[in-house]
Amino acid sequence: MIQLLHTPFHERTELLCQPKNWRRWAGYLVAGSYEMSLDREYWAIRNTAALIDVSPLMKYLITGVDAALLLNRVVTRDIDKLQVGQVYYTGWCDEDGKMIDDGTLSRLDETTYRLTSAEPSLRWLTMNAVGLELEITEITDSMAALSLQGPNSSSVLNRCCDNPVDEIKYFRLMHNELDGIPISISRTGYTGDLGYEIWIDAKDALPVWDALIAAGHDFGILPVGILAMDMARVEAGLFMIESDYTSSDHAWIKAQQSSPFELGLGWTVNLDKPGYFVGRPALAREQREGSTWKLMGLEVEWDGLEALFKDVGLPPQILSMAIRASLPVRSGKKQIGYVSTATWSPLLKKYIALAHLQKPYFEPGTNLRMEVTVQHHRQYAPARVVTLPFYEPEWKKR
Amino acid sequence: MTVNHYDAIVIGGGHNGLVAAAYLARAGKKVVVLERREIVGGAAVTEEIIPGFKFTEFSYVVSLLRPEIIRELELPKHGLKILPLPSTFAPMDNGDYLGLWDDPDLTRRELYRHSPLDAEAYDAYSRAMGRAAKAIKPLISLIPPDPSSLHPRDLMGLLKLGQYAAGLSEKELYMIAKLVTQSAGDMLEEWFETDVLLGTKAASGVVGTLLGPRSAGTAYVLLHHYMGEIDGAFRAWGFAKGGTGGVSGAIANAALALGAEIRVGSSVAQVIVKKGRAAGVALDNGDELQSKVVFSAADPKRTFLQFVDPKYFPDEFIQSIKNFRTLGSSGKLNLALSELPDFTALPGEGPLHRGAISISPSLDYIERAYDEAKYGQFSRRPFIDMIIPSAIDPDMAPPGQHVASCFIQYAPYDLEGGWDDAKKEAFAETVISTLEIYAPNIRRTIVGKQVITPVDIERIAGITGGNIFHGEMLLNQIFFLRPVAGWADFRTPLRGYYLAASGAHPGGGVMGAAGKLSVQEALKDGLL
Repeated sequence: MIQLLHTPFHERTELLCQPKNWRRWAGYLVAGSYEMSLDREYWAIRNTAALIDVSPLMKYLITGVDAALLLNRVVTRDIDKLQVGQVYYTGWCDEDGKMIDDGTLSRLDETTYRLTSAEPSLRWLTMNAVGLELEITEITDSMAALSLQGPNSSSVLNRCCDNPVDEIKYFRLMHNELDGIPISISRTGYTGDLGYEIWIDAKDALPVWDALIAAGHDFGILPVGILAMDMARVEAGLFMIESDYTSSDHAWIKAQQSSPFELGLGWTVNLDKPGYFVGRPALAREQREGSTWKLMGLEVEWDGLEALFKDVGLPPQILSMAIRASLPVRSGKKQIGYVSTATWSPLLKKYIALAHLQKPYFEPGTNLRMEVTVQHHRQYAPARVVTLPFYEPEWKKR
Repeated sequence: MTVNHYDAIVIGGGHNGLVAAAYLARAGKKVVVLERREIVGGAAVTEEIIPGFKFTEFSYVVSLLRPEIIRELELPKHGLKILPLPSTFAPMDNGDYLGLWDDPDLTRRELYRHSPLDAEAYDAYSRAMGRAAKAIKPLISLIPPDPSSLHPRDLMGLLKLGQYAAGLSEKELYMIAKLVTQSAGDMLEEWFETDVLLGTKAASGVVGTLLGPRSAGTAYVLLHHYMGEIDGAFRAWGFAKGGTGGVSGAIANAALALGAEIRVGSSVAQVIVKKGRAAGVALDNGDELQSKVVFSAADPKRTFLQFVDPKYFPDEFIQSIKNFRTLGSSGKLNLALSELPDFTALPGEGPLHRGAISISPSLDYIERAYDEAKYGQFSRRPFIDMIIPSAIDPDMAPPGQHVASCFIQYAPYDLEGGWDDAKKEAFAETVISTLEIYAPNIRRTIVGKQVITPVDIERIAGITGGNIFHGEMLLNQIFFLRPVAGWADFRTPLRGYYLAASGAHPGGGVMGAAGKLSVQEALKDGLL
């Protein structure tokens, strides 16, 4: 009676999910993984095609002559430049220029936009829409979403969709049909690989799933859970709300908040767009004065890590999944930042992490030390600051 | 006679009196608690009124018991178990319900059925209240300084208060300013539109006051409820094993272990004053006990107007105590049930039975209930906050049977024509017929009942006016104004006489804070 929701794909996913490691996502149950080990699922993302149920994403349809006005006011990017059929990745901020949430914004037609978010956003949108001529409809439950990621993802879609997807450029979308079912396909994702997100009316969810699995058979398609996706997104340098930053709505103290600049989203802050938007004065100030923190990549130096483990007679022990934990980062004896997510990268064969670093330690090439636990003892392994992403295949944007 | 010589005497074995005694004993003092009744606990008692059925007679949940008291007195070692009371279920007039579950996602989804905007506002509201509570919480464990005094102690206090206020953000200050001036209704309507949510939240703003949700100042009481929320894992929100008597029992055990003495059946007639100083007490049975100081854990009226000859106090002080608002506004109906109430809106046994059940379908419902009380009637359709202790702690009732604790508002102390047995019966009938609307089986499951009016609270627990907080928690009666301006630091105009209960700062809610803080202050005075 009182329980978490099932996504529109649950009928399929619950049979496939072998370890029954359901994870909670915004009030829904989703599969952590489908197989006992994450290996094959991870490699489906990087080598073939991974089918990921991302239906719990919050989704809103914003329609009306003033829709662009609202969105320009709320998000940091310049909506006037967003063309029909284009998708923006963007964050949005509070009055102090601190991140509330982030998501994708698609322009479906002249006056219709679709916004995705991680946290419920209906109230914030509505509060900012006072006096505007538009309609905000939450479609979180009525719209199912699948993420098809990996180098073979276009081949899978080409086999089952009416129109080939080759023409969709990076961060564009197209309307398509699959066995007579209208779907919308955007070339977006959360893995940093070639990939698409497919937006489907919830009632059509199962036939679309089945068609994709059938079409993908010859291309190595695999249902993939969010644990493998979590590894891929770190490689792609993509952060996650509540793991890598705290929504300013949820922060108890100022130190918990982050600005888009601090998260490396300076490129999404369009201070050249006309007029007021929420957080603008604070963001302009920060751009002028510079940020004191920055999200960077951290690569652990293997030799140093190996040495720490060798001291206790062990080979390096690294969990083969992403660790969402705060790990101190030091320069010398002084803590100058922290890691928010760390993962072993099976493709790069490196232990990598998303790190929040204080000025001036965020310069690429800086040598730092990151906490690792070696046989119950906290140690610091040498690590080097690198720019994000860690991994970007040439076919991601091609 | 040496046996009747103490460092300190504590009048009243309620939870605050016991806390005071425990801290005095912990400080190495020879202390005795004098309790009029045969059991300790005061308004925090559990009694087997009907064989096999244990009623948590008056107070029924724990929310604000100070974490430092739990820690310092090692209450878990002495039997304290605070069991979860995770949800609130509010049946509606249209047959639907609102469930505020213990999970934010489930609650958001549930609220979404009623209003998508409220679903999100609820989370934002909880966070805003949490922040305000975090901002205001340090005041609870602060001795309120007297803003008009030049005494170094008060100046230090004011300085601390100033530093504290300077540490708040502008937003927090505005929020607090609004919270202490607004009505609960107005404040909630800034956030929500769902009637049943407004009603349920508003009800907690009027608990223990003879005011309605539209009365100014009631928003502060809402904040009071969020204080416990920010103690993290240490928060003490829930149902104490064994009822609230379990809390008193654990504190009493701690006090005894620390060396305090507890005498039940010892009713105090008067505080003995020698050389302008409290020097002991005389009991109703004629016995006299001597001590260096005396703590009263009774309510302010009893403490100053009954136990001590008024000639020892300035007239103005006596007047202020007389004016202290202690109007009881709530009653209880404790029920012994053969089975669980079955709610039409959500039939069968379920999580709702393990949480609070709130009959508060709208703001207007609560305000209307108040309208009747304002003119001396009990509400014909009262706000009812029901919990089923036996669903949380099966030891409260015989196996398979249940006890229900219904807190009812409004039931004014000054009922027109006064309370008598017929009116008590009519009051109980009102409550049962109200519950019957939502849980039709309830009447036939009742195997016994206990009706408690404010007059009963006064008679049994000895609280003047039967006010559950020993005096309403209104802006004009809190912090440096509680109980009287200039006397908010637990001291009284009579040297060596201290106020150690809910009528003192920081007020009611089974906090134990007054018991602890009064001892802390008294130890500074050099009389002990």
